Amino acid sequence: MTPFPFAAIVGQDEMKTAMILTAVDPSIGGVLVFGDRGTGKSTAVRALSGLLPPLKMVAGCPVNSADPADVPDWARGAGTAVEARPTPVIDLPLGATEDRVTGALDIEAALARGETAFEPGLLARANRGYLYIDEINLLEDHIVDLLLDVAQSGENVVEREGLSIRHPARFVLVGSGNPEEGELRPQLLDRFGLSVEVASPSDIEERIEVVKRRDAFDRDPDGFVGDWGDAQADLRDRIVAARGRLAGTGAGDDVLRDCAALCIALGADGLRGELTLLRAARALAAFDGARAPGRDQLRRVAAMALRHRLRRDPLDEAGTTARVARAVEEVLA
Amino acid sequence: MSAPRWAAAIRALHCFAADPVALGGLHLRARSSDARRLWLGRLHDRLGPVARLHPDISDEVLLGGLDLDAALRTGEARHRAGLLDRHEVAILAMAERATPGLCARLGQALDAGRTGLLALDEGVADEGLNPALADRMALSIDLEGLRAVEAPALAPLPDSAALDDDTARQRLVALAQALGIASLRAPGQALRVARLSAALDGRADVAEADLAFATAVALVPRATRLLQPEAEPEQDTPPDPPPDTEDEAAAPDLPPEGAEILLEAALAQLPPDLLARLAAGHVPRAAGTGAGAARKGNRRGRPLPSRPGRPDGRARIDLPATLRAAAPWQRLRGGGPGERVRIRASDIRLKRFEVKSDRLIVFAVDASGSAAFARLAEAKGAVELLLAEAYARRDHVALIAFRGADAQLLLPPTRSLLRTKRALAGLPGGGGTPLAAGLREGLELAHHARGRGMDPALVVLTDGRPNVALSGETSRAAAAQDAATLAAAIRARAIPGLVIDTGNRPAPALAELAARMGATCLPLPRADAERLSRAVADAL
Repeated sequence: MTPFPFAAIVGQDEMKTAMILTAVDPSIGGVLVFGDRGTGKSTAVRALSGLLPPLKMVAGCPVNSADPADVPDWARGAGTAVEARPTPVIDLPLGATEDRVTGALDIEAALARGETAFEPGLLARANRGYLYIDEINLLEDHIVDLLLDVAQSGENVVEREGLSIRHPARFVLVGSGNPEEGELRPQLLDRFGLSVEVASPSDIEERIEVVKRRDAFDRDPDGFVGDWGDAQADLRDRIVAARGRLAGTGAGDDVLRDCAALCIALGADGLRGELTLLRAARALAAFDGARAPGRDQLRRVAAMALRHRLRRDPLDEAGTTARVARAVEEVLA
Repeated sequence: MSAPRWAAAIRALHCFAADPVALGGLHLRARSSDARRLWLGRLHDRLGPVARLHPDISDEVLLGGLDLDAALRTGEARHRAGLLDRHEVAILAMAERATPGLCARLGQALDAGRTGLLALDEGVADEGLNPALADRMALSIDLEGLRAVEAPALAPLPDSAALDDDTARQRLVALAQALGIASLRAPGQALRVARLSAALDGRADVAEADLAFATAVALVPRATRLLQPEAEPEQDTPPDPPPDTEDEAAAPDLPPEGAEILLEAALAQLPPDLLARLAAGHVPRAAGTGAGAARKGNRRGRPLPSRPGRPDGRARIDLPATLRAAAPWQRLRGGGPGERVRIRASDIRLKRFEVKSDRLIVFAVDASGSAAFARLAEAKGAVELLLAEAYARRDHVALIAFRGADAQLLLPPTRSLLRTKRALAGLPGGGGTPLAAGLREGLELAHHARGRGMDPALVVLTDGRPNVALSGETSRAAAAQDAATLAAAIRARAIPGLVIDTGNRPAPALAELAARMGATCLPLPRADAERLSRAVADAL
């Protein structure tokens, strides 16, 4: 099914910016989207595969390798031809078994041919792309542990049932959820590079426009995608250009100082906050076409890079965004 | 009163049957009744073959997978398509019991636009369909309390003014916002319902009546507030507005044009208790449980008898039971002494285990002022009594006392009676009432306990006159506000609670606080330890 065009998503600028930044620089880490139901979280994530430029990958390779030399030796049915395919955006459904996530013994091959073969799981399919977990706050603990490990190392190791397999699993983790239904373990929270909060727009005109576009899309998906083709292509070109510029986008000492001052003012744990803030500001600068990030970029990414790293106060339900905004006001005055 | 409701239910049925996939689904809330039987019979007449799902359905049956039966019989791997691949319409029975995992998979199928789902929800009170799934289904009807009359045929809607597309959309979006529906799926779905309803009557454009119908079946069931909430006469208005007035402030002061008429027309088609619930401020509660609360697993715990099933990667095969099940059939299957054992899929038995997570009852006791001595003695007695039964019930207890400026954890979670007695021996009383500090301490303790796999509950004993705020400042207003904020935080974390009003006269403010916590309020003015312990055991 055709995904809804990313460029046609109304409002939700922070969420869209966060996703574009991870497309420009995947090393920023994942995106966490928390907010009400029906605010376009899943629509935006699924739209990514239509937005991003196609990847070159070996036909039939289970881990989407770019080069035939990288195809793992356990893979069966991989050819040598390289073809362009859309960036994978893989859904990890709640309650997925460990087998389905990491891959497991291929029962089919074991039963039919008596072979010990590996059937790759979702992590293999998400390599070089996105792994999307809706309702991530309800994910079972053992799957969370597994994801943390893989997201950290970029490699999936399977040692079970007589198998000993490892394959690359580098992906951008995108999680979404409704905070009313449960919280995320801090260990997982910290692994996300960016976090955004989405709310239903309160402007009636904006709401009408959302419903109108969705309706037009549902009635005639192909026509609607065609109408937005140019806007999509423009956005895609900007992302590709930003990727090219990224390596040349430096950051001066003054920006580093600002990053550190912000993190100190907020008491964010660890240095991950500074690094992410810097990376996100650089990616945004590249996307804006600037040579180096400035205070403007820092202001725009500070909330998404830092709000989930603050120490929690059980009294302060929605206060982290406000706290970041206050610190930005003070430090970058 | 029931005739318009029946008509709406029948119209919803026809809309769903006309285009189940575009609507996503229909959420039918009804216990077993003649009305439900009649309604379902009508629907089946209009639908083709449907997939029947149940809450324990396995992934392989739902989404397809290896056909183990054929594989074991023939030695060849065969794939079998899942129920959702083979059918356009699926019926989920006992939908209120569907696990979040199943709901996530069904939600994905609905998002992909290939399935229309009929969820039969027989939940009582707070039970109900997973909200994430319900949000993806356009129609929601409730047959509760409808008497089985001979189901009327689909009657055309009364004549009303035709509307153009933009007006209809605008009206529905505005109304959805006024009803406090955050999801933007809802107005879009309502518009689709209105169009189908117009098509049922053979009209090209939607009319007022279609909008009223769509409002009744697609918007009002999701409402979180009524139009223009009546300003409640408050007895003791706190000087500062409570922090949760944000959404009210964001809502438009005046309902959009035409909304009231639309709503009025919709109301006639709805069960009256729905409105009562809304008016009482009953907002559907989050049904999610978060991680770590699972009480039944199939990996560890006390073994239960194994049962037939298919290996799904989660359960373990019970080999002795499987062989035992296969043994009687060996001769029939052509086996014999010296031959290999012939096992079919139907022989496979899976291990099952039951784990009961330990319960932790956190007592937060008001140790302030004059009545403290008596209160504390009662609380101490109750804690000891509960502990005496703890071995059988697997309860742990913890005790927090709040007085003066802050709260103190007197007894960390324990099951040791001896330790409890020692800790309780020297429990001083007197000073101010920092209720918020006590709640905060209780919340943190419960939160940590949950992280360790326990099942916490919070029991608050107070006479409900907080006068010390979290900051340590002595101010009734600030203290009450801090307590209210913490109560909301406790509710958000779904920690079950009980508030025991130990004052001589029941305090209305305390009942309000309990409601905020999502807890029961129990006035027990002159309770002794035994009654207290019994009340706690009954309530939790």
